[in-house]
Amino acid sequence: MNLLEIKNLKMDFGSGADALRAVDGVSLTIGTGETVCLVGESGCGKTVTALSIGKLVPTPPANSVGGEIRLNGRDVLKMSNAELRSIRGGVVSYVFQEPGASLNPVFRVGNQIKESLKLHKPEKATNEEVIRLLKLVGIPAPESRIKNYPFEMSGGMQQRVMIAMALASEPKLLVADEPTTALDVTIQAQILELLSELKQRLGMAILLITHNLGIVGDMADRVAVMYAGQIVELSPAKELLRRPLHPYTRALMASVPKLHGDADRLSAIPGNVPRIGNFPPGCRFAPRCPIAKPECSAQIPELVEVEAGRFVRCPFWK
Amino acid sequence: MNATTPIQNSIAEQPLSPWQLFWRRLKQRRIAMVGGVILILLYLVALFAGFVAPYSYDRQDRDRFFHPPTWPRLSGFRLVIPRYEQLPGDFNYRAVPADTRPVHWFVRGDEYKLFGLIPATIHLFGTGDERYPVYLLGTDQFGRDVLSRLLSGSQISLSIGIIGILLSFTLGMIIGGISGYFSGWTDTLIMRLCELIMSIPALYLIISLRATFPPGMSSAQLYAMIIIILSFIGWASMARVIRGMTLSLREQQFVLAARALGQTHLKVIVRHILPNTFSYVIVAATLSVPYYILGEVVLSFLGVGIQEPNASWGNMLTAAQNTEYLRNYPWLLAPGAAIFITVLAFNFLGDGLRDAADTKAL
Repeated sequence: MNLLEIKNLKMDFGSGADALRAVDGVSLTIGTGETVCLVGESGCGKTVTALSIGKLVPTPPANSVGGEIRLNGRDVLKMSNAELRSIRGGVVSYVFQEPGASLNPVFRVGNQIKESLKLHKPEKATNEEVIRLLKLVGIPAPESRIKNYPFEMSGGMQQRVMIAMALASEPKLLVADEPTTALDVTIQAQILELLSELKQRLGMAILLITHNLGIVGDMADRVAVMYAGQIVELSPAKELLRRPLHPYTRALMASVPKLHGDADRLSAIPGNVPRIGNFPPGCRFAPRCPIAKPECSAQIPELVEVEAGRFVRCPFWK
Repeated sequence: MNATTPIQNSIAEQPLSPWQLFWRRLKQRRIAMVGGVILILLYLVALFAGFVAPYSYDRQDRDRFFHPPTWPRLSGFRLVIPRYEQLPGDFNYRAVPADTRPVHWFVRGDEYKLFGLIPATIHLFGTGDERYPVYLLGTDQFGRDVLSRLLSGSQISLSIGIIGILLSFTLGMIIGGISGYFSGWTDTLIMRLCELIMSIPALYLIISLRATFPPGMSSAQLYAMIIIILSFIGWASMARVIRGMTLSLREQQFVLAARALGQTHLKVIVRHILPNTFSYVIVAATLSVPYYILGEVVLSFLGVGIQEPNASWGNMLTAAQNTEYLRNYPWLLAPGAAIFITVLAFNFLGDGLRDAADTKAL
């Protein structure tokens, strides 16, 4: 049994005729100790998918209209509020994009970490445990740092505190929603290194959301590429990077600037991401696809396993 | 000397907390500090009112109605009080200069209860002789010492402000927090209720609410009633502001982060959203205390608040509403001066707190 099994998840925003489907039939599994990257452009449904795992998307306006999310074998979407509270932080923890905004500005960081401990490990809610966690995430002089307010820390340190909070209850799955986007490149590398080190040491699974393909190669075991609310390619990371199959993935890879070679114009995918609620019929990437054929617009292609462990939502991937 | 010592020191040194910074900015505002010191003195005196007051609040001196203030004079090395004799006519008094008694500290006098609990008879000052009374602020139409009544009334008037604020702001914060956090129909319901309360003129609301309580209540019940009435009116405006702040705070990522840790809705509101409104709330509370003090004054002035013989600043002023009294016995206006000073001190302090809390002003 996998740690997390998302099956055909569908999320609407709004209801009735005005409903906008942000996530349309996403299926994804994460095994114990596995790192899966969710890649895609802004607004393609990555964050909504990730927040759904803890049923954290606010309802209303959101509305789950189908599918199931099995965490440890139990469907999150059918859980009571009390059960949800125990899995949030207990089984699945979150680290968000803006570390500065994720910490409450009026409390000392030590107390915020302690709050996380009180919720899931009340017997360990002590200063010693907080200091141990801060040491674990590599904060120097944690004894004095626990008395800091968030604004007294740098962005990288704030993100380390967030990771310490997320780790406090020893979750099975850490969902990191663009954890490094707000940080500069050197800090970004440090945080990612910290994450993979902690993963090795604690044996937890990570769902890493990013729009940075550079991170994927360092971190991921498997990669899911999302486009317009659907997964278009799901593949082991190394193979995906070596040989992307879906035309969208290929286009994404082509638009990563090269370190070597002549500095030409940055290559971009022509056109824009379709707006939610205004998706083209058939394959959603077809209007921008270099290899599109007339039949692409007839119906949405299925996500098919074309090689061992490699799934592609395009019949013309060859 | 170890070379690493300075570095370790700089790590060990704690930066100033937001409260310390706040206090430092507040200290720079002299008027606010003056207001604060006056308030501390007023509340200290109110706390020990029975001891500071020379007489009991309901002690009547039937020989001396409308007695003017008597101030001790310095004679040699001690303060003395002259004897006053009544002249023919309406309440005319004249000091007899040669006939004096010294003012003593810590004299035995009327019985009172310190903090409402401990029976005591020692007063801060007095002559200990009924023929030589010390009426620093004169007496009223029943021959009661105005200063003693003023001090006794300060216990009611000053505490009503604080307790009323605590009650109405707690209510307003929790209700406003719930309203803003959950939004939707909860929000609509609560906000329309607030508007209903705020749309009725306060004075009519106060009087009609008073009518819902039975007549002939004890003074403790009346006191509780005034607080309940004033808080019932006061929470609505607080709830509106807190609701607005919550609407923006709930979109902050730390709220989502707290939810993602498995925190309950109520605790997210109370522990994460409301503390972020404190800098506003403290300022608003300080600036609102005067309204509660004045609310008690209005109720008691209208005769529906604290009842005689118990003293409050409001019902003491009732005696001063007659122009003839005002012309002849102006010391009856002393509670007005007390209200003026208290309200002004609260406003000075509140303004200073607001400036100190507003970090952008620096």
